[in-house]
Amino acid sequence: MDDAITLDYGSGGGKTSALIEELIVPLLKNEALRELDDGAVISGNERLVFSTDSFVVSPYIFPGGDIGKLAVCGTVNDVAVSGGEPRYLSLGLIIEEGFPTEDLRRIVQSIARTAGEAGVRVVTGDTKVVERGRGDGIYINTSGIGFLRAPWLGRRTIREGDKILVSGPVGNHGTSVMLARNEGLLEGEVLSDCGPLHRMAAKLISLGEGLRFMRDPTRGGLATTLCELVGGTEFSIEFSEKDVPVEPAVRSACDILGLDPYYCACEGRMVAAAAPEAAEEALALMRSLPEGEGAAVIGTVTRRKPGAVIVRTAFGGARIVAPLAGAQLPRIC
Amino acid sequence: MLSELEACRRHPEIYIEKIREMNLPEVNLMEVCGTHTMAIAKAGIRQMLPANIRLLSGPGCPVCVTPAELIDEVLKLAARPDVIIATYGDMIRVPGSVRGRSLAAMRAKGSRVKVVYSPIDAVELAKNNPDSEVVFLGVGFETTAPGTAACVQAAAAEGLTNFTVFPMLKTVEPALRALIADPGFNVQGFLCPGHVAVIIGEAGFRFLPEEFRIPAVIAGFEPEDILLSVYVLCRQIKEGCPRMENEYTRAVSPEGNPLALAVMDRFLKAESDLWRGLGEIPGGALMLRDEYAAFDARKRFHIQYEAHEDKSGCRCGDVIQGKLAPAACPLFGKACTPADPFGPCMVSSEGTCAAAFKYQEV
Repeated sequence: MDDAITLDYGSGGGKTSALIEELIVPLLKNEALRELDDGAVISGNERLVFSTDSFVVSPYIFPGGDIGKLAVCGTVNDVAVSGGEPRYLSLGLIIEEGFPTEDLRRIVQSIARTAGEAGVRVVTGDTKVVERGRGDGIYINTSGIGFLRAPWLGRRTIREGDKILVSGPVGNHGTSVMLARNEGLLEGEVLSDCGPLHRMAAKLISLGEGLRFMRDPTRGGLATTLCELVGGTEFSIEFSEKDVPVEPAVRSACDILGLDPYYCACEGRMVAAAAPEAAEEALALMRSLPEGEGAAVIGTVTRRKPGAVIVRTAFGGARIVAPLAGAQLPRIC
Repeated sequence: MLSELEACRRHPEIYIEKIREMNLPEVNLMEVCGTHTMAIAKAGIRQMLPANIRLLSGPGCPVCVTPAELIDEVLKLAARPDVIIATYGDMIRVPGSVRGRSLAAMRAKGSRVKVVYSPIDAVELAKNNPDSEVVFLGVGFETTAPGTAACVQAAAAEGLTNFTVFPMLKTVEPALRALIADPGFNVQGFLCPGHVAVIIGEAGFRFLPEEFRIPAVIAGFEPEDILLSVYVLCRQIKEGCPRMENEYTRAVSPEGNPLALAVMDRFLKAESDLWRGLGEIPGGALMLRDEYAAFDARKRFHIQYEAHEDKSGCRCGDVIQGKLAPAACPLFGKACTPADPFGPCMVSSEGTCAAAFKYQEV
């Protein structure tokens, strides 16, 4: 392998094979991929959850993760919060000419490690190389298939009195990437929360219909997710700033950058709605996992103002939380 | 006042009650800082106050006071293939006089527009792009003026010939004087901008009580700073004894920051320029001194413009004077949203309409 990825590696010829067989397949280690056929034959005879996501984050390595980890978590989490048990992934790489091979190796290692953690197998893939200047280092697309375990989930199931939970401090990923793009802006480091949510989803699904809804608050953050949950319904959500976990470093970085942590993306957090009688157990289940140790109940579904999310501010005021509207955001996922 | 601040943080309701007990007639208090506007909306302070206390937003958002005429000139520069525009992020979505035309829209079509967090980053950009003309948009009040001056100093020290500043800096005092001179002026107290006061000191706002008998308090940016300052203004109004009080003593000294003032004075001078809504304000702008004309984009690119009537229906000019509440604008939240704005108040992160849109009252 050369030090950098050249256009030849995307030609479909010998170098493409070398890239796949020497770098990608050995790291991802699985039989389905080793066959290198045009498609994967996978087994399963159940209702499926199918999701896809593309990842264009800049920088592609950031504190707490990289684009590879993100690409696995992003799709695994979408499948998991849709009530699916994630099983298979596809992996599409679009690499810019000149990309350091070492960074590619690190990213694929990260994909392999995270896929292992999340219990999914990469069963099919594709690699393209684009000319220098036509991409920003590397873009990744992943699609995921999971077996449906919780067909009842959905926003239509929420009821007055339901409790809203978050699985940990919000806003880390978006803030971490923003800081990584503006080196020297802040001392100390904010780590991305990027991580898989399949275990948490599986535990919560054990609650049965007491679990109403799960979502990973990625772009648009907690605020936008809550708005989407009750938007257009007869319900509102009321929550209190005091109950929402935000790390102090995230808060101060957001102050400097002019961001609101409630609108900053998370990549390893879950927002869930649970029936009042199931809420305490849901919280305990979240907290039983390391990725959920910072979980909290933050609010309640009410009928105060249909369709609106209302926050009680730490200072004692109240206001409506609007969904994110065309704010300037860097490429964070 | 620090201990009082802590008391206000822990028990805002006590201060709300004290304000209520004063039983004042209807009073209008104006904040002249976009960061205050945002903080007030975010903490929900307006609704916590008794109905007789109205908080109005004044011309305190630097992007919002920049007139469409100037934005148009910036957009013309951005269209040049040899130019890289370096700007604070706030500016890039602000439309000029043609709706939908903004730096963001031009960037999408290939113009080179780079968001920077500090003017020094713009100087670096010029160093790294010797074949391009880097134009830094010098927007802001006295808060950003020292940094803008310092970047001219840095560019001069580096001997850069491809770096200019497009000065659009404004000063607070002339704007407040213009507001007060307006026949419709109806404000009984000013919450003065803490960040500007860090630079110009208490001295910069003493004219309010001394010349105009208007209560004034320099306020910090935490919700408790703002509520305490509102209380202080109400107390002055109740006592009928207007004076300059400094609630933000942890950052603001009586005479300001002499180093910052010195660097401003060395590179910048007061001149007249257009303000959105307020028109030409004598001495209301800071321009580069003639000695630094080589770093002045207005001179390098022969920028000339005239005030023209805004036919879009945008009422930002009234909003920044506190004459129109955002929700009272017929466009607010309907035709005009942060994603598709008519004017700067809806897109700037310190804009009054953006605050009202993002943090709606229950």
